[in-house]
Amino acid sequence: MRVLVIAEHDNAALKPSTLNTISAAKKLTDDVDLIICGFECDNVATEAAGIDALTNVHVCKSEHLKYQLSEDVTQIVVSNAKNYSHLLAPATTFGKNLMPRISALLDAQQISDIIEVIDECTFKRPIYAGSCIATVKSNDEIKVITIRATAFDPCANEGGNAEIVNIDPIDSKGQSEFVSEELAKSDRPELTAADIIISGGRGMQSGDNFHLLETIADKLGAAVGASRAAVDAGFVPNDYQVGQTGKIVAPNLYIAVGISGAIQHLAGMKDSKIIVAINKDEDAPIFQVADYGLVDDLFNALPELAEQI
Amino acid sequence: MKALVPIKRVVDYNVKVRPLSDNSNVDLNNVKMSINPFCEIAVEEAVRLKEAGTINEVVAVTVGSSASQEQLRTALALGCDRAILVETDNDLEPLSIAKILVKIHEKESSDLIILGKQAIDGDNNQTGQMLSALLDIPQATFASKLEINGDNANVTREIDGGLQTINVKLPAIITTDLRLNEPRYASLPNIMKAKKKELDTINVSDLGIDIAKRVDTLSVELPPERDAGIKVESVSDLVDKLKNEEKVI
Ligand SMILES: Cc1cc2nc3c(=O)[nH]c(=O)nc-3n(C[C@H](O)[C@H](O)[C@H](O)COP(=O)(O)OP(=O)(O)OC[C@H]3O[C@@H](n4cnc5c(N)ncnc54)[C@H](O)[C@@H]3O)c2cc1C
Ligand SMILES: Nc1ncnc2c1ncn2[C@@H]1O[C@H](COP(=O)(O)O)[C@@H](O)[C@H]1O
Repeated sequence: MRVLVIAEHDNAALKPSTLNTISAAKKLTDDVDLIICGFECDNVATEAAGIDALTNVHVCKSEHLKYQLSEDVTQIVVSNAKNYSHLLAPATTFGKNLMPRISALLDAQQISDIIEVIDECTFKRPIYAGSCIATVKSNDEIKVITIRATAFDPCANEGGNAEIVNIDPIDSKGQSEFVSEELAKSDRPELTAADIIISGGRGMQSGDNFHLLETIADKLGAAVGASRAAVDAGFVPNDYQVGQTGKIVAPNLYIAVGISGAIQHLAGMKDSKIIVAINKDEDAPIFQVADYGLVDDLFNALPELAEQI
Repeated sequence: MKALVPIKRVVDYNVKVRPLSDNSNVDLNNVKMSINPFCEIAVEEAVRLKEAGTINEVVAVTVGSSASQEQLRTALALGCDRAILVETDNDLEPLSIAKILVKIHEKESSDLIILGKQAIDGDNNQTGQMLSALLDIPQATFASKLEINGDNANVTREIDGGLQTINVKLPAIITTDLRLNEPRYASLPNIMKAKKKELDTINVSDLGIDIAKRVDTLSVELPPERDAGIKVESVSDLVDKLKNEEKVI
């Protein structure tokens, strides 16, 4: 058994999701390699080589890999996949975009978003927005898997001395071209890496009112999230969305404010350690998963909360 | 220009699905079925492109049992011109669906294939990307904005860090995210008209492709329940619990 993990990174550093994915790989075998496709990404390679859990770090550098478009990365991973029994990537938008392509070209049926490794062929994964957990067994020769980062602790990124192996790039077919990106800039922690998250829903009424959450977030060092309804209404950008079709989070503390608790929202946060709900409707379903529920108007509760923490 | 829109019949998003009592699979007896919400968005986008004159034909296709005709009729009522049912009683995996869609695309030679980003039953999020790889055409997944300019499309994608815009050459695969558009409701006259639109059925065995299952479902269970929590009386109560009992702030 040999596992290849596909690194998620931004040419400057590894994304934390890569560390969770390596942990999942370690549950399968001790023989874990990493592949990094990018441009001017030597720092990422050096960082990766320091990860104790890794044997080899394969690096493919080329200008056309700067934005890691899936068609280009797929070619490189597929041509380097033959000695591996498993290919793993995080179930982030990066991994979701990339892995099914690789899987199809290797004629394997991908297993998405696993939360547990039972053995080399058998995995657990949520289905139907987390209403059920399926145990599935793959009969494919090569297993292509995405992992839910919140289900695996990150591996330590130190103590290692992996060998860096440069691999040759493959020319782009030029099917897709990067045009632009608008990345969220924030001094607050990233949602998927935060210890504490405070999220707002439709009950916030406007984007301006999110400052009530931001004040608290800044005091607690927390990230700010949102329900789909709040994103759809334009209160906050899309990258705030927590849920079945947004981000999956599992912080130590999740505070849901003015969020009703639809199953699609719960799918993204119900593995948080402590859940707090603030909602003026005492029958809101969010209270069924909340460790602490406060039935109150959020416009009363939030200023008070900001004062008392 | 022609758009192909693969849609899937799934359990309605309001249904809370439970395992069968023997835990062999999920219990789908007597539950409400609908078009997968992301596929509705795909249909809407294609129909809008037609209304704008960018494309002239929208073909809906589904792989499923004869019951899926219901969802194809809905797609026709929403504005698709024709529909194709690739009939099978087996619950196929995304790789097999993608292989079937390759055949349909070859028959139809569509310029644009718009799929949902994920089906809300299996939550796989695979079919569009697989189809793109098998056809060796570009993909633009998780689209929140689509602009066709001649032989190219500019697509804004929802990614974890924010938004990314890419340009793809047509033919291409687009998968829809929630904010691409807001699907319309089918009007009664359109529902009536849809009954007369063409709906072809192809048997999956006539396509001659290997659709054997690669992944077995061994069991389906409920997730661990969370213990019932408590209601606190006031903000100061809450702060006290979080600070002194849970020590999380
Ligand atoms: C395919 C699909 C995918 C989806 N994916 C997601 C997803 O990833 N994430 C997600 O979140 N949703 C998702 N949804 C949407 C989901 O079904 C719900 O519609 C959404 O989560 C509702 O958001 P909300 O709780 O903010 O709004 P609502 O359900 O409208 O709830 C607002 C709440 O605010 C409370 N409130 C109002 N005013 C106040 C006040 N002044 N003080 C205190 N409380 C107040 C109300 O009592 C109510 O409970 C998806 C839906 C579909 C169909
Ligand atoms: N049986 C099917 N028939 C037609 N299209 C499908 C089928 N299954 C999935 N799709 C398409 O692929 C998308 C993603 O599905 P999935 O990969 O299963 O999450 C769906 O939104 C549909 O557009």
